[in-house]
Amino acid sequence: MRLTKLVGLAAGIGAWVLTTTSVPAAETNVAVAANFTDAAKEIAAAFKAKTGHEAVLSFGTSGQFYTQITQGAPFQVLLSADDARPIKLIEDGLAVADSRFTYATGKLVLWSKTPGLVKGDETLKAASFSKLSICNPAAAPYGAAAVQAMKALKIYETLQPKLVEGATITQAYQFVETGNAELGFVALSQLTGPETGSRWLVPQELYSPIRQDAVLLKSGAGNEAATGFIAFLRGPEARAIILKYGYALDGQS
Amino acid sequence: MGGLSSDLWQSVRLTIELAAITTVILLLIGTPIAWWLARSRAWWKEIVSTVIALPLVLPPTVLGFYLLLTLGPNGPGGWVAGLWGGRTLAFTFEGLVFGSVLYAMPFVVQPIRNAFAAIGDRPLEVAATLRASPLRAFWTVAIPLARPGFLAGAVLGFAHTVGEFGLVLMIGGNIPGRTKVLSVAIFDFVEASQWREANILAGGMVIFAFAVILTMTLIEKRGIRR
Repeated sequence: MRLTKLVGLAAGIGAWVLTTTSVPAAETNVAVAANFTDAAKEIAAAFKAKTGHEAVLSFGTSGQFYTQITQGAPFQVLLSADDARPIKLIEDGLAVADSRFTYATGKLVLWSKTPGLVKGDETLKAASFSKLSICNPAAAPYGAAAVQAMKALKIYETLQPKLVEGATITQAYQFVETGNAELGFVALSQLTGPETGSRWLVPQELYSPIRQDAVLLKSGAGNEAATGFIAFLRGPEARAIILKYGYALDGQS
Repeated sequence: MGGLSSDLWQSVRLTIELAAITTVILLLIGTPIAWWLARSRAWWKEIVSTVIALPLVLPPTVLGFYLLLTLGPNGPGGWVAGLWGGRTLAFTFEGLVFGSVLYAMPFVVQPIRNAFAAIGDRPLEVAATLRASPLRAFWTVAIPLARPGFLAGAVLGFAHTVGEFGLVLMIGGNIPGRTKVLSVAIFDFVEASQWREANILAGGMVIFAFAVILTMTLIEKRGIRR
């Protein structure tokens, strides 16, 4: 019993020494759209366990990252919340053209911490709340999708005075979480914890699909960790994590 | 310039309003505090002074986080908002004023306190021998003598409120005409790649900051010459 433990420990140490010495671990800086925060952390951990490479994650809005990358920000990979900005980066000559792919399709949810408050689109139509939180539609795709959905329901004009904007989807979530807004449009990926409050999964026909594209930036083309991370993101382990966080994968809806 | 969004000018007007109201409130409540700090011999006055000075050192996000909780429906702010049927003081102009007053207080109280302290006991004693009541001495002797301190405090308080960003971002909710102030508008324009608008506002801020610091220096110089 003791011996097997010791052997196991020795084997473990041996494997650790082998992996750390045979593969020189590289590091890459990845810019991640805020809605993908939790999933990205889990993927980066799995990526490290498998390859030994370190993906250092920064979280923010796609708009902010786009601006920063055009000004030479030290990122090698961008996991955007839309497809427009990765395409723009390729046009700008800052990203590798054939590296772009949709790693996840986002789902919009209307969410409240109060059980029973959100019943469906009738909750929005009744408008018996004082604050509805969304994220900045100009900079964050989930904000734009929320506006699109409200316009499709023809209630945007009436709801506009009640809207409060977070700079990121994380902040939109936080406004609801702290109770400052009764409800808000958030990403389904943010609601993977224990089911609390009430929610309505906004039907896909009310907004165009939130295609979240990843792209390898030119500065990362020679970085083993960066190319490795993009490849890992396409692989089965990463896809399983992405599905678990409530995203759809390319080709499904 | 006529083609620019009304959004832009709205945020300029809102910022000036916020800074002006904040400055007036700070002069009203900051003056007695500064007077007390300058004259009192209470052992705990430096503790009060330290509490007031905290925003100088704390990141705005600390204040923003606590304000988000205290202004919200589960904090005292929610109770106050309930007086006129609201749920929360976050996302309101009043909430921003409250946050700005806390945040800019050291910039107003400190110069006034220093100016009061610099007067010393003598002029007030002289006033007393001329049978001026303490209140009259305060109005006719202390306040005029501390004028440079008031000017400096007002200018700094105003300027600091105009320049505040992190706090407003966290409790404002980015509502045009109510909480979307200049610094947040610049952030928004940059995020949306609208660099022309960002340039106009940011350039304006540089000129404004230059004017403020120059004014401050001139006020200080005049204070010394007297």
